[in-house]
Amino acid sequence: MSTTQLVAPNVSAQHWADPSHPDERPFIRKYVFSTDHKVIGCQFMFLSLFFLLVGGLLAMMMRWQLGYPGQPMPGGGVLPETMAPGGILLPEFYNSLVTMHGTFMIFFAIMPLLVGMFGNWLIPLHVGASDMAFPRLNMMSFWITIPAGLIMVASFFVAGGASGAGWTGYAPLSAVPEYSGVYMGQKLWCISLVILGFGSLMGAVNYITTIVNMRAPGMSWFRLPLPVWALFITSILVLLAMPVLAGALIMLLFDQLIGTSFFLPETGGQPLMWQHLFWYFGHPEVYILILPAMGIASEVISNGSRKPIFGYPAMVGAIVAIAFLGWVVWGHHMFMSGMNPLLGSSFMVSTMVIAVPSAIKVFNWLGTMWRGSIHFHVPMLNAVAFVAMFVIGGLSGVFMASTPVDIYIHDTYFIVAHLHYVLFGGSLFAIFAGLYYWFPKYYGRMLNPMLGKIHFALTFVFYNLVFFPMHNLGLAGHIRRIYDPNQYGFLEPLQPVNTFITLSAFLLGAAQLVFIFNLAWSLWRGQRAPANPWNANSLEWSLPSPPPHGNFTAMPHVYRGPYEYSVTGREADFWPQWEPPDGRPAPDHSPDGVLIGDQKPASREPHR
Amino acid sequence: MRWDWILPEPVSNLGAEIDSIYYLILIITGVIFVVVEVALVWFLIRYRRRDGRRAEYSHGNKTAEVVWTVIPFVLVLFIAYTSNDVWLKAKLADHEGGAPPDAIPMRVMAKQFEWNVTYPGPDGRLDTEDDFAVRNQLHMPVDRAVRVELGSDDVIHSFFLPDFRVKQDAVPGMMIPVWFEANRTGEYDWACAELCGLGHYRMRASVTVHEAGEFEQWQASRGTPAAARIAPADTAGAQPTTSESEESA
Repeated sequence: MSTTQLVAPNVSAQHWADPSHPDERPFIRKYVFSTDHKVIGCQFMFLSLFFLLVGGLLAMMMRWQLGYPGQPMPGGGVLPETMAPGGILLPEFYNSLVTMHGTFMIFFAIMPLLVGMFGNWLIPLHVGASDMAFPRLNMMSFWITIPAGLIMVASFFVAGGASGAGWTGYAPLSAVPEYSGVYMGQKLWCISLVILGFGSLMGAVNYITTIVNMRAPGMSWFRLPLPVWALFITSILVLLAMPVLAGALIMLLFDQLIGTSFFLPETGGQPLMWQHLFWYFGHPEVYILILPAMGIASEVISNGSRKPIFGYPAMVGAIVAIAFLGWVVWGHHMFMSGMNPLLGSSFMVSTMVIAVPSAIKVFNWLGTMWRGSIHFHVPMLNAVAFVAMFVIGGLSGVFMASTPVDIYIHDTYFIVAHLHYVLFGGSLFAIFAGLYYWFPKYYGRMLNPMLGKIHFALTFVFYNLVFFPMHNLGLAGHIRRIYDPNQYGFLEPLQPVNTFITLSAFLLGAAQLVFIFNLAWSLWRGQRAPANPWNANSLEWSLPSPPPHGNFTAMPHVYRGPYEYSVTGREADFWPQWEPPDGRPAPDHSPDGVLIGDQKPASREPHR
Repeated sequence: MRWDWILPEPVSNLGAEIDSIYYLILIITGVIFVVVEVALVWFLIRYRRRDGRRAEYSHGNKTAEVVWTVIPFVLVLFIAYTSNDVWLKAKLADHEGGAPPDAIPMRVMAKQFEWNVTYPGPDGRLDTEDDFAVRNQLHMPVDRAVRVELGSDDVIHSFFLPDFRVKQDAVPGMMIPVWFEANRTGEYDWACAELCGLGHYRMRASVTVHEAGEFEQWQASRGTPAAARIAPADTAGAQPTTSESEESA
């Protein structure tokens, strides 16, 4: 028998930040290969904002071709002959742009921003933990994203170019290089996404474990801030959906590499099986991309309205309902695919029903603002825009859910409008809301509010000018993913609309320079952030900005839910979760704080 | 600049029914849209922060929540119920309410980047000696249904007739029935709606709806052995927008 004492890896082994031992890790451990969830969150932020920029540039190249078909793109001369000889985009390069815009935005921008960045920033601090349950796994989930991203970017520069089969990669186009003219690029696309999937799984396991096991005393399930609920349910979706995608991608890779024929009909395969597998992952993925955004919006709207969130249990119930109904609606992507039409009928019903929890959320956000005292700080502006735009995206979804209407609008610009109202109008506005809201906590400086308002106003206006007219294009029958609409007589009269959208898209892109400048300037020169700049209630605001490595000096104690704003009979219009109810002064969790009252590192209490 | 708020005039039997569901949804969602966005803006103005006013301390209202759960539920089920009938008529070609027995059988095979239409010839049946094929042109008579067997030789394409409100993916390895009936003569666009490779954007064809007698004449003129082969001149397909570096197999 070994005499070594084994320490059970339970929560009480968390090391609380000790002010007498400042963080002395070398630079590389502190900022590069860091296991600190806050640093990893910041790393995800920079990485995904970079890919957001890349995805946006790809979109603007597409818009050039649609706005000015066949004309040389300004600056397009720098692209190689295989992409744009003389600056004129080639059709095969256009298909790559379509594919890679979707791929980068979904897998490398929105998903890591919402899940990677906000998951890391928010979960440990919101639940009152010193870090993630598995800090090294957490670090690895970030660092595995880097090769995935590099491989994806590299696919542009191999012979045959990047994948051109759409982000949905429908087989057999994606499975047979001779059909697409893309050789290595398609294989790299599969490999990159499989690697990325591993990173997502590591994150999901970590988040679930942290939320279940590491909540501070008093932090019952129904005292969790809504972003944590959203990220918890999202992590379950990630955990169940990503392996399906990985399986499908490996099958697709085998079809290309070693002569299997999972998706090739002439040798016994099934093209539709790819679609079933892809959308079985793909529809939960849609909710992975919106649920955390809903959580962030709830947090910011309650804070901005100075009012408790309307119907907290219903908000949680709606998140759960959306997530689990999300598993039985994948067929609505396949109404025109040749799937049995009777199956179409049942998928229509389940898809329609998912509108109900979405509606509950919208009405509850309105209910939160009702009789509130609305502060128009930059996060609130973005969160309100999220609600306004999500309403449009949600309602336009009803058109496509109706199978007969979908016959006409499927694969037209109507769906392009719809998905951008959900993913840009929805997710991205919520991401901006969250960035402006939590940036001070992690960088110790405020983002400039004036620049923030300018950025918001420009983005909101140009965003709508870009995407709203796409509904009109779709109604006229404008097909999506088409290199030159003027090939069709019925689309030619729409050219001015396309040009209008393109100009708006360039202005929308230019407006993001304000954000980039604000980010860079505020990082170095921004106003120093106080501990609680928004007078908010959740635990992270009890700590200095930025919080030290290890977060809390003592086990925080949670006394109430996170949305106790404007409580009757209290002078302050907020009542933090960490403040004892009997008027005793709040314990100071900060590193230089002197502990008062019952602030001994608390003995573990059973949750709830 | 053309802003389409209404759908283009339908020219098929089911077109008007499909459009009426579109307008039904447009009205329902339009009302909800206006109510929600007006309420949102009104709240922002009415409940903006002002000195001396405090937000109401409230965690919600059960009655309101039940109301706004039940109403959307009823509405979406109503939309689904209304939609289903037209959907089954349109898509279950070989069932009750689908293609009538006298529908003209045709076969459309898609391949990169063209559509090949096989016509039955005077005997009205496919896979007989008098069949003939034409590339990128679908001819049909007015007021008589056509039942197309849709397939693909290579990748997934999508058979899209915007004015007919017809869309169906053509999947290799599957033959999918599609039926429609034109109620107006004329020439209409026929597009591929599923990304199918570098020439996807020019996989264009046309549908010609003839007067009843005219179609038989056209058919008779084609139904000769010499015409059975596809002449290059038959192609109504588009020309590439730019020179394409390589043609896919």
